[in-house]
Amino acid sequence: MSAHAAHAEHATTTGLDHRKIGMWAMLGSECMFFGSLVLVNLINKNNLKGLDPAHFGHGILDLVLTSSTTFVLLTSSLAMVLALAAFRNGNKPWGRFWLAVVMLFGLIFLGGQVYEFSSFVHDGLTPSTNLFGASFFMLVGFHGAHVALGVLWLGATFVYSFRNYFDRRHTWGIEMAGLYWHFVDLVWVAIFTLIYLI
Amino acid sequence: MRPARCRLMATTTVASPRTFQGTAWTWITTVDHKRIAALYLVTSLLFFGLGGVEALIMRLQLARPENALVESGRFAELFTMHGTTMVFLALMPLSAAFFNLLVPLMIGARDVAFPRLNALSYWVYLFGGVFLNISFLAGGAPDAGWFGYAPLTSTGFAGSRGIDFWIFGLQILGVSSILASINFITTIINLRAPGMSLRRMPLFVWMTLVTGFLIIFAFPVITVGLILLAFDRYLGTSFFLPAGGGDPVLWQHLFWVFGHPEVYILILPAMGIVSEVLPTFARKPLFGYAVVTYSGASIALLGFGVWTHHMFTVGLGPIADTAFAASTMLIAVPTGVKIFNWIATLWGGSISFRTPLWFAVGMVAMFIMGGLTGVSLGSPPVDTQVQDTYYVVGHLHYVLFGGSVLGLFAGIYYWFPKFTGRLLHEGWGKAHFVLMLVGMNLTFLPMHNLGIDGMPRRIYTYPTGMGWDLWNMVATVGAFLIAFSLLIFTINAVQSIRRGRVAGNDPWDGGTLEWTTTSPPPVYNFAEIPTVASVYPAWDLKRGAGHTCATVTVPAYGDDNGRTEPLVHMPNPSYWPIVFAAGLVLAFCGLVFHQIFILVGAVTMGVALFGWIEEPAA
Repeated sequence: MSAHAAHAEHATTTGLDHRKIGMWAMLGSECMFFGSLVLVNLINKNNLKGLDPAHFGHGILDLVLTSSTTFVLLTSSLAMVLALAAFRNGNKPWGRFWLAVVMLFGLIFLGGQVYEFSSFVHDGLTPSTNLFGASFFMLVGFHGAHVALGVLWLGATFVYSFRNYFDRRHTWGIEMAGLYWHFVDLVWVAIFTLIYLI
Repeated sequence: MRPARCRLMATTTVASPRTFQGTAWTWITTVDHKRIAALYLVTSLLFFGLGGVEALIMRLQLARPENALVESGRFAELFTMHGTTMVFLALMPLSAAFFNLLVPLMIGARDVAFPRLNALSYWVYLFGGVFLNISFLAGGAPDAGWFGYAPLTSTGFAGSRGIDFWIFGLQILGVSSILASINFITTIINLRAPGMSLRRMPLFVWMTLVTGFLIIFAFPVITVGLILLAFDRYLGTSFFLPAGGGDPVLWQHLFWVFGHPEVYILILPAMGIVSEVLPTFARKPLFGYAVVTYSGASIALLGFGVWTHHMFTVGLGPIADTAFAASTMLIAVPTGVKIFNWIATLWGGSISFRTPLWFAVGMVAMFIMGGLTGVSLGSPPVDTQVQDTYYVVGHLHYVLFGGSVLGLFAGIYYWFPKFTGRLLHEGWGKAHFVLMLVGMNLTFLPMHNLGIDGMPRRIYTYPTGMGWDLWNMVATVGAFLIAFSLLIFTINAVQSIRRGRVAGNDPWDGGTLEWTTTSPPPVYNFAEIPTVASVYPAWDLKRGAGHTCATVTVPAYGDDNGRTEPLVHMPNPSYWPIVFAAGLVLAFCGLVFHQIFILVGAVTMGVALFGWIEEPAA
């Protein structure tokens, strides 16, 4: 058992690990971050500088592509749950498998986003074209950065799973990464609904 | 409550309480909350001095009409940096010094929940403050006011790098504040001594918790605002530029959704301090503990719903103005409740008139004045008359100087003996208080007059014959009186650390847990984790009421095997926090100097993160 796992056994007031409470506080803070960015998007939704909405506004969004990558991202949350369950059952190979699936799905989502961004730029919509573009690239870009960070974090978790960081009773590292991952997915549900669908 | 655990802890030993010795390296690598508190305290007082010098130069310039001490551009830099420094580099970190020193001691913990993260918060703050002030040497300080209204911050109006330093300086300081808040929220929720339910938490700890939530919810909004501004300046977007379809009012909304809670971030810690000082010197419990707690929490909650009272003259329409006027005045209710509870705490008490009490009572009185002018400003017709005049400057200084600064000094005088083991000199302390009180009233009261007479804020000079000459001169004299009082404090502090009267563990007969340990406290704070049965466990202990661990004997030094080292296992020192903080600030340097710094900073952060993970934490 590692030093980290041993530390988790300290008695705390709530019985929860410090890191879990800290993580929740941090995610609460992130809510205000993404909330503000979503608001800026809603304000600038029709701020097109007089350009055609079909090419430089809401019409440019490719619902088929984004619905597919959204499905992939949401499915990754299921894989994340399965990964944590496997580690809790002491089944590390399956835990690693599901972690790999989460990372793969995250990368597919990011790939979709890279394609989306480059096709927009190719069609002439950049952050400086109009405020619809600026707000869109800002929000979706920052969400994408969060997904990328999540993939890196899961990668680190994957590597550390070979170094006896986790056992049946000490899965906090996977739980933390999972908490973050689910949050990033949940934010995407809000973004997809408010920016793409409506 | 849980005697079994209590008895378990009683096997630990007490070492010599020399907390603050050691080489520079031990300070750089420290993760001890008391040392970090000392670092915060000294750094924030230095920045307080810097912001004060900026204020004095402004007061000298304004002492007489058509003065030519500084020209207009420099004056704009001075008022911008005075506000930014006082808010982000002096008052907030001074509060953080108290959070660090007191929260673990008051809740009966050995340290904060994340000791290394705590060190990181401090180093990020220090480097961020230096980063912001380097702008003076690197082509011009920020000059668009501390709330940086668009489009003054656009490249068209602010071509120098000053605004860039301001944007990224505030981002860096935001990282520090959010990390520190996450740490203190977790510590307070998760590390309380057995028996310390939320309703037995000292008021100062309560206000720390509330302030923590204010910071984690308010700062992300300014983060977004600053990111949009950086995009406008670097990537050619026009979020706040009307020419490109943007809206400067959006900046005002984003800034004040953060900015108004920020005011409560600055005042609630001082209110918490006063709520600790008054009961000790009135020698009776805080009147209406629960109501004071609820009031603090509701001030914070309501604080998120009043931001457009900073924008009454923008033209948001009568409905919005009325609603925000109502919510603004509603805040006067919990604030008034607190004030009456403080007065009722003193009422009928066996009052001991020591220096901390002078400052605490001064805080209550001065804060009432600031609160009343605040209510007057909450009325849109009044606000429309005095918007952007010295009336507003007078109001905000009564709240932030009369409220926060006096409250924080009450805390410094109250806890100085706990920090250093020695008392500050009473006579000089009272001289400091009287001079400061007279000085601040001479400085800020005439500003209300000037404002009503129409003197706009932020002007670098004014013509003769406006009728403003007398009060400006009075305000300048008052400012120097404040400076003189701070000189007295500095001399008193330097003298008292070396030669002050030895305080002992409990010089004031305090009621909270920090007074049950040594002065200064040992690295591990408590040899045994105390058990708490009321809001004032130290009084319980001294007066025999309630249930504590006092019955368990504790060996003074060492154990039966001849060991003299403390047996409590404390977190190891670590240099990764300072390395990570350096990497973070280097990366931000890349955005104002050369891009290569971004890479250097990112690599440094990566290495530090890896070292941090690999290092055994405890």
